[in-house]
Amino acid sequence: MVKEGWPTSSWWKRWRESLARTRDNLVGQAARWFAGARDEGAWQELEDALLTADVGVDMTARLVRAARQARNRDPRQALREEILGLLTAVEGRLELPGPLDVIMVVGVNGTGKTTTIGKLAHRLRGQGKRVVVAAADTFRAAGIDQLAIWAGRAGADLVRHREGSDPAAVAFDAVQAARARGCQAVIVDTAGRLHTRVNLMEELKKIHRVIARELPGAPQEVLLCLDAHTGQNALQQARVFLEAVGVTGIVLTKLDGTARAGVVVAIADQFRIPIKLAGLGEGIEDLADFSARDFVDALLPTPD
Amino acid sequence: MAFENLTARLGEVFRRLRGKGKLTEADVNEALREVRVALLEADVNLKVARDLIARVRERAVGEEVMASLTPAQTVLKIVYEEMTRVLGGKTSRLDLGGNPPVPLMLVGLHGSGKTTTAGKLAVFLSKQGKFPLLVATDVYRPAAPRQLEVVAGQARVPFFFLPGAPPVAIARRGLEQARQQGRDVVLIDTAGRLQVDEELMAELVEMKAAVAPRECLLVVDAMTGQEAVNVARSFHERLGLTGVILTKLDGDARGGAALSVQAVTGCPVKLVGVGEKLDALEPFHPDRMASRILGMGDLASLVEKVEAAVEAERIRELERRIRTQEFTLDDYLEQLKQVRRMGPLDQLLGLIPGLGRAVPQVQVDEKDLVRTEAIICSMTREERRDPSIIGASRKRRIAAGSGTTVQDVNRVLKGYEQARRLLRQLPDMEKSMKRGGGRLWR
Repeated sequence: MVKEGWPTSSWWKRWRESLARTRDNLVGQAARWFAGARDEGAWQELEDALLTADVGVDMTARLVRAARQARNRDPRQALREEILGLLTAVEGRLELPGPLDVIMVVGVNGTGKTTTIGKLAHRLRGQGKRVVVAAADTFRAAGIDQLAIWAGRAGADLVRHREGSDPAAVAFDAVQAARARGCQAVIVDTAGRLHTRVNLMEELKKIHRVIARELPGAPQEVLLCLDAHTGQNALQQARVFLEAVGVTGIVLTKLDGTARAGVVVAIADQFRIPIKLAGLGEGIEDLADFSARDFVDALLPTPD
Repeated sequence: MAFENLTARLGEVFRRLRGKGKLTEADVNEALREVRVALLEADVNLKVARDLIARVRERAVGEEVMASLTPAQTVLKIVYEEMTRVLGGKTSRLDLGGNPPVPLMLVGLHGSGKTTTAGKLAVFLSKQGKFPLLVATDVYRPAAPRQLEVVAGQARVPFFFLPGAPPVAIARRGLEQARQQGRDVVLIDTAGRLQVDEELMAELVEMKAAVAPRECLLVVDAMTGQEAVNVARSFHERLGLTGVILTKLDGDARGGAALSVQAVTGCPVKLVGVGEKLDALEPFHPDRMASRILGMGDLASLVEKVEAAVEAERIRELERRIRTQEFTLDDYLEQLKQVRRMGPLDQLLGLIPGLGRAVPQVQVDEKDLVRTEAIICSMTREERRDPSIIGASRKRRIAAGSGTTVQDVNRVLKGYEQARRLLRQLPDMEKSMKRGGGRLWR
């Protein structure tokens, strides 16, 4: 996949620095363990550190076990490899075979869908693609205006209806328009919805169905935006959205803060959904390919 | 199942405890280990959970438990009490004292729900006879002021924004505007920001100094994980928060963040967001939240909601019918109608003690309710009283009468049958609640 022009590593470095600034960073919490101490207190520190990174109870137990059972090698190495193994298995890239690809962006309220779409449109434009953005978030107040501004910045076409209109119809029109204009990509913005709202999830399925019917093989990507600050509920979100619309990739957003998003390790293990992108700020270029190695480097100290 | 909500989890722990006659120290420890796991899975911060558990253990192991006739009850009560205490003890109100216009500031991370909450607050305060002004100071996110403007329109409250002006100046001018227009509350919505963003945090500090808000409220997503503690601490250190608003509590996140945030800031949660509509903002009740978390249901909330919607007499009658198990389709319809007045059914079911555990997967579609109503209304009185007489021919007639299909009729009958079965379990549950700590929420 195309990667040129994407200074991936520098973004991750920025996150690493951001994490290092907090007084509660993972390594700081388990300083003794990472320094080599292996008494019970040190192991407890490690467990605590993982728990406060939102890794979750079960996954923490598993990681600590893996580190404890390390034979003939450093437990730090074992821990690192365990996490890296889980995340490398889900490290993914956008798969856009063309000639016309539809990307549907979904998630609960406030996870950064619209911002991600702006960045994504900009990225695809940078690859010389003509992009249509579909304002299928017809619920949120001024959601369409917000997307319109992003589309303008990215130089993408916008397909919009009135506020409150049928989102599936917007998606339908966008696919039609993209075909008529000879565009290469359609990005569909959807309204944020809590995964527990059954009728809203049905609405999402309908949008998905309409796209699939209009363009065989579409949507090529269904991206779930997950806020890095989310705790264990992210597992539920991944489960329900995966079941409803067959999520093909995760975008981890707001990774420029101090949240460590450890829950993605459990998500990787349970659902095997590829993690494809990471959002690291509000600038139009602040979108990086997900890198398991960089993620783990930021989380744990790099081996000497 | 890997993920269980806190209610289900603690329900399991305490069911086991209830099964035993006496509690040993080992029992207490085992229970508390599970409580700890449950708290962590509910995203309660590790340190906060640990402190809570330590206090419970200190109180539970020893005299109090041993002297008690029902030890399980005692442990349950102590966990509940300690949680309630951390959650702030009693319901806190917004402080709108001082000379009008009284400024309020909403701050928080990106996407926590500040703008929606600002609109909800405007509606909430309008209902109390206040005249709020909504002020947009988010000059960073595209169309953010426009979003607040639309929300203000929906809330029927005036809106203020100064394109091109810096946020602090807008806030100051908004306050002046309110004074001139005779508005008595000024709700200042701010841009989302990371607590480590020095520049933007400084802007908030400056804004706070400029408008001297009576309340500086942190808006927190109920789904926030362990980081809630750092976010809350930083905002509190820089701004001196006076309260917290917890949003998106209508999802299935247990909202452990509420415990965390209060524990580190000492600021009470004052309001909770429970839906997408602008009237979905409610006062926060620590005792109810704790009892809900503990799987004891939220009787107080339920009673209040029911009373607000229907006459007490009807409830008593319905209650009697449920008790005596003569629950007909008429009652079912009556219940559905009441439910529509009270709010989403899934929220309501969560409030009934024991049901949180019994039906964790209840899902209700509001559109279905309309269809169900039509179907039941198309039945004869006899059919409603005794649905067993409804055969294929009657079903066809009912379907035609209600503009639905026979399948829809079948679905309603099945739903009714399920509800009846569910309600039949209620009296039993009540008994078990009494045994297991039924007096706790009173």
